[in-house]
Order: sequence, then C-alpha cells, then structure tokens
Amino acid sequence: MTSATLLFLVIGLGLVAWFFGRLKASGMQASGETSRSALHSLPNYHGWYVALWAIVPAAIFMTIWNFVSPALITDAALTSAAAAGLPQDSFSRAAILSEARAIAYGNQTNAFNPLSQSMVEPYREAIAYYQMIGTVAALLMVFACGVYAWLQIKPDLRARTKIERVTMLILLLASLIAIITTVGIFLSLVFESARFFSMVSPIDFLFGTEWNPKAVAGPRGETGFGAIPLFWGTVFIGAIIAMIVAIPLGLMSAIYLTQYAPAKFRAWMKPILEVLAGVPTVVYGYFAALTVAPALRDFAVSIGIAGASSESALAAGVVMGIMIIPFVSSMADDSIAAVPSAMRDGSLAMGATHSETIKKVLIPAALPGVVGGVLLAVSRAIGETMIVVMAAGLAANMTANPFSSVTTVTTQIVQLLTGDQEFDSPKTLAAFALGLVLFIVTLLLNLIALRVVKKYREAYE
Amino acid sequence: MNSLTETKRNPTDWQGPAMQKRIARRYAAERRFKALGMAAVMLSAGFLAFLLVVMVGNGFRGFTQTELPVDIDFPAVTGGASASQFEGPNANANLQSMGLREIVDSSIEIQYGPDGTELFSPGGWTAVSAMILNDPDIVEQKTTIYLPVISDIDVAYKDAGNPEAEEKVRELGDRFSTGFNWNFLSHSDATDPMQVGIWGAFKGSLITMVVTLLLAFPVGVLAALYLEEYAPKNRLTDLIEVSINNLAAVPSIIFGLLGLAVFLNFFGMPRSGALVGGLTLALMTMPVIVISGRNAVKSVPPSIREAALGIGASPLQVVFHHVLPLALPGILTGTIIGMARALGETAPLLMIGMRAFIATPPNGITDPATVLPVQIFLWSDEVDRGFVEKTSAAIIVLLLFLLTMNALAIYLRNRFETRW
Repeated sequence: MTSATLLFLVIGLGLVAWFFGRLKASGMQASGETSRSALHSLPNYHGWYVALWAIVPAAIFMTIWNFVSPALITDAALTSAAAAGLPQDSFSRAAILSEARAIAYGNQTNAFNPLSQSMVEPYREAIAYYQMIGTVAALLMVFACGVYAWLQIKPDLRARTKIERVTMLILLLASLIAIITTVGIFLSLVFESARFFSMVSPIDFLFGTEWNPKAVAGPRGETGFGAIPLFWGTVFIGAIIAMIVAIPLGLMSAIYLTQYAPAKFRAWMKPILEVLAGVPTVVYGYFAALTVAPALRDFAVSIGIAGASSESALAAGVVMGIMIIPFVSSMADDSIAAVPSAMRDGSLAMGATHSETIKKVLIPAALPGVVGGVLLAVSRAIGETMIVVMAAGLAANMTANPFSSVTTVTTQIVQLLTGDQEFDSPKTLAAFALGLVLFIVTLLLNLIALRVVKKYREAYE
Repeated sequence: MNSLTETKRNPTDWQGPAMQKRIARRYAAERRFKALGMAAVMLSAGFLAFLLVVMVGNGFRGFTQTELPVDIDFPAVTGGASASQFEGPNANANLQSMGLREIVDSSIEIQYGPDGTELFSPGGWTAVSAMILNDPDIVEQKTTIYLPVISDIDVAYKDAGNPEAEEKVRELGDRFSTGFNWNFLSHSDATDPMQVGIWGAFKGSLITMVVTLLLAFPVGVLAALYLEEYAPKNRLTDLIEVSINNLAAVPSIIFGLLGLAVFLNFFGMPRSGALVGGLTLALMTMPVIVISGRNAVKSVPPSIREAALGIGASPLQVVFHHVLPLALPGILTGTIIGMARALGETAPLLMIGMRAFIATPPNGITDPATVLPVQIFLWSDEVDRGFVEKTSAAIIVLLLFLLTMNALAIYLRNRFETRW
C-alpha cells in the first residue's frame, strides 16, 4: 500500500473513530440527565478527541517511517544475493542502486545498466516487506490509540479543553510557516552561495566588471563572474528608466484623481489603473518584445543613434514603468490622504490656488510617504523578471545608452538555471549568489521604505 | 504716528492691470497643472488600452484557422468500409488499420497536384479520424472535409507572409475558407503552430492552482486568525509579522530559487510537476491571504466577540463560530486576488523546470506539467511566425481568466460587505 492510500485510510478510520466517540458520549448524555453525570463537553468534542488520538500518532509515525524506511530498504536489498556482484566503487554503486530503486518504484521502465536490472527484484521484495510493516504498524497504532481514547470518555473528561489546546497549537504552527519560509529562503540562498564563493572569490563577484559565466571553471580565481554589469543593468532599467516613466505618471495620476477628479470619474478610473498592476508580467514582457522594442529600435535608427538593439534597455524599462504606475499612484494616494486637511484648508484660505496648494503644501508634506512608496516600487522593479527576460537581452554591457542591450540580475538567474543543470558547477551556483544579493537589496529597500513611511505617519498623528 | 501715515504703502490695487495679469497667470498655471494630471491619467489608461488592443488584434486570429476543402471519396479509396466498423470498442483499432493518413494524402494529391500535401498542416488528417469517430456514416459516402493548411500559408492568408506562401495564396485565391480553430482549445503544445493548443497548459494551471489553494488557504486563514485574535505581544509574534510582511515583498523569482534548492534538490520531489509548482506558489500566496485575512478579521466589531464570550463561549468557539464566518467574504476576496496573482506568475515556475515541452496534458500532481503563462513564454520564443497569433490568443485566454477572478472578487466584496 502506498503512503498516500494509507494516509487516506487512516483519515477514514479517524472519521469512524469520531463517530464512535460521539456515539458513546451522546449515549452518556442521554442516560444520565442528572447533575452528577452531566457531560463536561458536548459529544462532538468527544468525537474529535477520539479521532485526533486515532489519527495524530499514526500520522507522526508514518512521517518518520517515510524518512527511515528508504535506508532500511537499501540495507535489506544490499544483503541480498544479487548485491554481491555490485562494483565496490561507491560512485557507480550509488548510480546502479538509484536506477534499480527508480525501476522498483515504477518511475522508470527499463534499466541502462544490466546490474541495475538484477537489483530490481531484491528492491521490490524489500519495498513490499517494509511497506507491509509500515502499514500494519500504522493501522495497529490507529486502533490502539483510538480504543485508548474511546475508553477515556467519561462525563467529566475535559474533551473541549484538550481539543482547544490542540487547535491553538495548529494555529501557532500555521503562523510559524511564515518564519520557516523566510529562514528557508535565507538558508538555501546562503548555503548555495557559500558553495559558489568557495569557488569564486566574493571580491571578484561583487566588483568584477566582466560577466561571462560560460568561461570554463578553473581551480580558483575564476574570471567571468564579475557582476557589476548586471547590477548596472538592473539599476538602469528598474531604478532609472522605469522610475522616469512611473513617478511622474503615477504621482500626477494620484494628484488628479484625489484632488480634481469628480467622484464618478475617480470611481471608474481607479480600478482601470489597477488593472495595469494585475496584468501578468509575461504579458508585459511579450508586449515589450513584440511591439515596443521594434518600434523603439526603428525610432532610434531613424534619428541615427548608433548601436540600437532590438532588445533595448529602454523597451524593458518603459514597459516596467507602466506596470509600476498603479503601485506608485496608490502609495502617493495614501500619503497625500494622510496629510491633515487643516494644512490644505489653511493654504486654500490664504488664497492659494489648488495647484499652488498641492505643489507647495501637500507634496512637501507628503514627501516622505511618496519617497517610501518610490523605494518600494524600486524594490519591486529590480526583482521583476519576465519583462527583462523577454525584452532586455543577455549582453552584459555597461552602457548608459538606453537603446543598447543590457542584462539584469533576474535575467541572468533565469539564464543560468534553465538549460543544462549540473548542480556543482559555479555557473549554476552563481544564480544563487545573484539571488542572495537581490534578496538582501530588496529586503533593505523594503525595511527602509517601511520605516520612512511609518515615521512620517507618526509625525501627523 | 505721522511718520507712519507718511510711509504707508498704497493698498494693493486688485483691479489694476498688473494684478489682473498676475491672477490670470496663476489661473493659467492652475489649468495647466490640472490638464497635466488629466493627461497622466489618460496616458496610463491609454497604455492599458493600447496593450489590450495589440493583444486582441493579434490574438483574435489565433482562434481561427485557414482551411482548404478536400473531397474524400471514402467508398472508392477504402474499398467499401462500413460505418459499423467505426462504432463500439474496436473503432480505434479499425481506424488505425485503415491507413487514414494515406487516404487523406492521396485525395489531396488528386485535387491539388503531386505537391498538394505540402499545402496542408502535417497533423491535419487527425481531424478526419476524430470526425469519423464522431459520425461513422461519412465513410460510406463522398464528403468534403475542410483541413487546415500549413502555418506559412495560414499566416500569408490572414496577414502578410513570405513571398512563396503569398504566391500560393494568390494562386488558390477563393478556395480558402476560415474556420474556428477547435484544436487551439483541445490540443497541447506541438511543434507545428497549426496543431498547438492551450488545453495541456490550462490543465496544468488548474492542477497547480488547486494545489496552491489547498495549501495556502487553510494555512493563511489559520495564521491570520492566530495573529489577529490570540497572539500574545512578544518577540515571536513580532518576528512572525515581520516575516509575513517581508515575504509579501520578496521578488517572486526568489521563491523559485527556494523551490529549486529545497523542494527539488533537498526533498527530491519530482521535477516539473504541479506539486512543486503549487507548493512554491502557495508560499508566495500565503502572505497575501494572511494580510487580507487579518484586515477582514479586524473589521469584525468587538461587540460580537463580547456577546459570544458573555453567553459562555470559549475563546476558540468565539472565533470559529462567530468571527470567522463574518470575516469569510473578506478573506475570500483576498484569496481570489492572491490566486489571480499566482495564476499569472511565471518566473518561479521556470526555476523549478515547468518549462518543458508538454505534448500530453498532465494527469496528476507529479506528472510533468506546464502552466498558461509559461506556455506563453515558451511560444513567444518560437521563431515560426505562426506562433505570434497563438501566443496572443493564449494571452487573451489568460487575461479573460484573470478578469473573471477579479470581477468575482469585486462582486464578493460588494455583495457581502457588511457595514457595522
């Protein structure tokens, strides 16, 4: 029996246990209406009490068994007669074993190595044997624990308290997943980056100016892993070109919609602008590559700019800016709304026009919030992947010419990790080092932005 | 006193020409500023409109295919096959043994000359086999069947193609007809743009989304309830909150790196499967659900909790019997928005290998699968011009789904929004 079917069986038995627990408790309730034997908890809670006892220990056992049994199976298979003919060399031995395992589990149909084929049968036997043990043990556990809990049911059993304690634990575990994920991201990035930096010096990586990861791996002091051109490309597209598009448009849209627009116009336009943020990035990427980039290249050629490429930084940056508009706009909206209306009213009462009030009072007052919003937008833009993968190109140029091709951190991560994958080559591991840099930079930008926004909110509260 | 009156400034002459000019200038600046704002809004909306027009303009043609009529005289070429052969359990076997491809090819050669087969899409004859299974009676008669042409001619007929194909289009002129491209909705990825379809990618998206929802929704809701209702103010709670806010802002590609390093390489889960894709997207979606869920839970008024506590409910009963049902519409709205984002996500799935060429739709969570956005990305890389309209057509389908989900979220919000 596979572990999935076993799991369903255990859960099914748990439901049966729930039924019996409830039956016993409601029987008690019906027979003893007198004060002494009144139930402490409702019969449902008794049902859950029995069901949890039946399921949880068995589930824990199955989880542990899933981790332990592969080793036991391999040991058992190795003691078989067929294992005697295996080569002693540990590397080819492991390859044969993994192939035999794959066939025995049905993930693979035939073996490339005849030795593996001979190991399949012992494997199958061992798997069947240990699966049987696991199944029997799990079912025994379900019955033993279920019966134990069932016998426990008495009128004064504090079933509800116990159930609630377990539920609280589940709630806490659910919230801990966020921490586990964060730690998981950080550890996996740091761990893989450490392996990369044992092959390539961090100084070369962070300050080198030549990015050509296809260079053959040397023993130490690799060249071709200088990430400065990538950092420049990322900043150029995400923090300069995209922001030149997004900040004026986003800010002016927010000002118009909050200060001038009639309520009805605002009610229609705001969701429409938000659609821009909901369009998948792959669609923007395709739009940039198919429509914007050729148009910009033709334009550049027609005005005589040298080195115009069909994969230009400008195309990717402009489209990314369009994507970011609603983001900047909603952040600006929030911070303008947070300016106390007394300041606005005071300015208007002194005879300033609307635009003078906005330019000289509202914007300066809202500036920290706007800056915070822009920082968040930048962190979003530099982590954006699909637009730059599809429109920005792969050439690691250090150029300020917006019509030429540049590459970014995210583009290179995708480039390094798709295609051939040897997990120990510096080429693959470099992606994790780039990821680590990206993670740290976006994290810092977010922390700074949130702090700025918070400080500013406090100033007006 | 005297000196004061002597140095007294003249009162501002508001009606004077200088002042009038100044006011006019200020008002003009006001109008300019307002127009600038209007222009910004219109420009942003214009970008959206332009994007949609380009996609719909390109993609609309992806739903149609150019066809040429082929007369097949079944009784003559099959030597009198009967309709009953293609009914019941043996239908498929009989169909395979009759050599349908040769029959179709020879019929084409009769009508379009010896090079006629080069006009037609290589997989087009499979449509005939589907027709026979659907209506076996056609094998007893002479019928005209419309078969898709090759991609080059298709492009040339709909738009401008290469000169050779344009020549063919002029030659055959009015024999072409345009039909709805059912293949596009029922097939999977293929090398021939005339035979590609989105069903495989769509099914992959569906399975992935189910995995994501099953994982992210319970965890997200439980975490939101814990943080909003029970969490004590301590270091651990602060850490959880910081993690959640931080995760919501982590670039999606980083989640892909996590999936690659942890799920694939550490736990050894099957590559390219919907399981890993769903897990990765669930980690991304969970913070969105937690944040919107907390807002929904927060908006339930305390009087409800106090009333429930007052009649003897335990803290857990208060939350699960009263607060959660009342907050559910808000939570669902946030969940749908989070799921819509996950549905459009591409980058993390590229990292975990969901970019393979998938010609058969996945049947389980561990089968190699691809999803709609990744399929769009893959097609956008193809050099064949026939793929341009297919890519745009797939984008239309994706956008329709996202639009529906967002509309559903807005509907839920308006329908069940309670003002306390």
